[in-house]
Amino acid sequence: MSARSNILNKLRAGLAGTTPRPDDFDEALVTRPWQYAPEDRITRLRSLMEAVHTEIHQLTTEQWPSKVQELLESRGLKNVLYAPGTEHGKQLAEHWQRAEPRPELLVYDRPIEEWKEELFWQVDASVTGTVGGIAATGSLVLWPDRHEPRLMSLLPPLHIALLKASEVEDNLYGMMQKHNWSAGLPTNLLLVSGPSKTADIEQVLAYGAHGPKELVVLILEDG
Amino acid sequence: MSQRIPVKELTDSFRGRAVGALADDQLRTNFRVAMDSLMKKRADAFPDEEEREGLRELGNHIKARALSRLPDLLEQLETRLTANGVKVHWAETNEEANRIVHSIIEAKQGSQVVKGKSMVSEEMEMNDYLAERHIECLESDMGEYIVQLDGEKPSHIIMPAIHKNRFQVSRLFHDKLGVDETEDVNELIQIGRRTLRQKFLEADVGVSGVNFAIAETGTLLLVENEGNGRMSTTAPPVHIAVTGIEKVVENLRDVVPLLSLLTRSALGQPITTYVNMISGPRKADELDGPEEVHLVLLDNGRSGAFADAQLRQTLNCIRCGACMNHCPVYTRVGGHTYGEVYPGPIGKIITPHMVGLHKVPDHPSASSLCGACGEVCPVKIPIPEMLQRLRQENVKSPAEQPKVKDGGAKYSRKERAIWRFWASLNTSPVFYRLFLWGATRFGKLAPKNVGPWTENHSAPVPARRSLHDLAKAHLNQGDR
Repeated sequence: MSARSNILNKLRAGLAGTTPRPDDFDEALVTRPWQYAPEDRITRLRSLMEAVHTEIHQLTTEQWPSKVQELLESRGLKNVLYAPGTEHGKQLAEHWQRAEPRPELLVYDRPIEEWKEELFWQVDASVTGTVGGIAATGSLVLWPDRHEPRLMSLLPPLHIALLKASEVEDNLYGMMQKHNWSAGLPTNLLLVSGPSKTADIEQVLAYGAHGPKELVVLILEDG
Repeated sequence: MSQRIPVKELTDSFRGRAVGALADDQLRTNFRVAMDSLMKKRADAFPDEEEREGLRELGNHIKARALSRLPDLLEQLETRLTANGVKVHWAETNEEANRIVHSIIEAKQGSQVVKGKSMVSEEMEMNDYLAERHIECLESDMGEYIVQLDGEKPSHIIMPAIHKNRFQVSRLFHDKLGVDETEDVNELIQIGRRTLRQKFLEADVGVSGVNFAIAETGTLLLVENEGNGRMSTTAPPVHIAVTGIEKVVENLRDVVPLLSLLTRSALGQPITTYVNMISGPRKADELDGPEEVHLVLLDNGRSGAFADAQLRQTLNCIRCGACMNHCPVYTRVGGHTYGEVYPGPIGKIITPHMVGLHKVPDHPSASSLCGACGEVCPVKIPIPEMLQRLRQENVKSPAEQPKVKDGGAKYSRKERAIWRFWASLNTSPVFYRLFLWGATRFGKLAPKNVGPWTENHSAPVPARRSLHDLAKAHLNQGDR
């Protein structure tokens, strides 16, 4: 008998004569306390994320590449990882061509194995998109893909994330339903709600445990 | 000076360890401060009682529903994960689970493992198992790293190094890593960051736990603040997740309330910094993520608890730690006193199923039954009720067939005989009056030493007149 069948048989024996509990999931319990007027969504998201040391700027779609430049230069950073295959990546590249800022643009265009050491230690910052934000918890939703791989938002000490104001939902449940997550999830779906942190020593909050030390969110107003 | 009591030196009983811990001022201060703060954080995170209670009820129903279909959901999870490219393994015992993990590492000729936080791997004592086979298994959660560096075990399931203060950590880093001492917590964390980043880079295999396994989509959900969980599950070429069979939930939407309950109950946070949902290994066109993902489903006594409808509720647990944060016993004796992987109230009700009551005979009774744990439990496990049930199982005779592993650990014929005598005394009027007559006249002959009671109390001496007698006299007086 395999471990699998032993375990399943034991569990089935324990349930003999019982019927499964009904599914009485009440979505009001996870939506009603977490609803906001459209104009309050960003305020809520901002206040929650800023409370955990996230830097947030609200900009127009044209302004953000120069903001990225400013963020990098003010910190004296050497380079930034970006995704040329995305719309926002193209926009950033155009700005870089025009303004010719000092920080170098890096591209995650090869498997991790080919440049692991460099990615772990040499990359100062990254710019990624998001697929939305959640007002209730102050969270970004990241959907890594071949253009913006999983480690892109984790290894560089500074992570700059772009969030479209129109893509902020009230709560996680709403986000899940709207984008029909249960029909198909990516290899790795992430909710990110601030820079990496820990309170493991005396419950003193320290930022930059293993992931980004700084998270900057650029909220893009449409039009 | 008070001494820290590392678990490695503790071979004593719960009682012995408790005496030591209670005399350790530093330890008691560390826990008192931490638990007070965690209780306040939780209270602040649930400002609306109605919202909180509605959510707890929902959390309870979700877990109860999942358990009522557990074998089906485990099969569904396996099917979905397999379709997603994840290899699923089943283990009845810790030994089996360790063998599976070891064989996966061996197949990759791995020698370095980096671990995200996983209580199940603590249960398995995976670090030791792999170390004996010349595989380094390094903890990467800051707290876990600190306790591992000091040869200790976690003293809290969410805050593993809560028993240590910054000075103790500073000294430890100085001694083990050769860095300068510093009282700056930020600096200490940066030392950990630098040391562990190199390990994430080098690791052949990453090991993690699982907070929720979602049957509907074949997804493993992990919560964390540090990013070490994401590192462990993304950077190394192989990811092995280990989890208990009770962690499966039916639908993706079920995790919405559970996640909220978990992070608010544990740390008072609306959400953790990272919620990491893993549904498969790296796809052909992707540039990072592990090439292999494995899930090890561990029983280790859980099916024993599952067999009994009442004790099954133990498996509702989502490992938030709120019960220990609110436990007056835990706060005073600390996590190591329990001598097992899971301390505090949840430890008292889950550990007997894993290791047997013979090994933890004092667990069910190390409680004042104040009820705080049950009140704060986000999935409404009636912990005090479970403790009472385990107390009963603990004193059953072999003939009564205890329902818990190694039940009857505290069964004593002498105690049983005394209770039988006491019961018949109180149910037979003739016998009772006879005994009363004797007790009031020959009370001085009562034993001066009545076991543990007289260690801290004076021995009871029967009164010269019984209550019955006094009451009768009083009533007669009233008549006049």
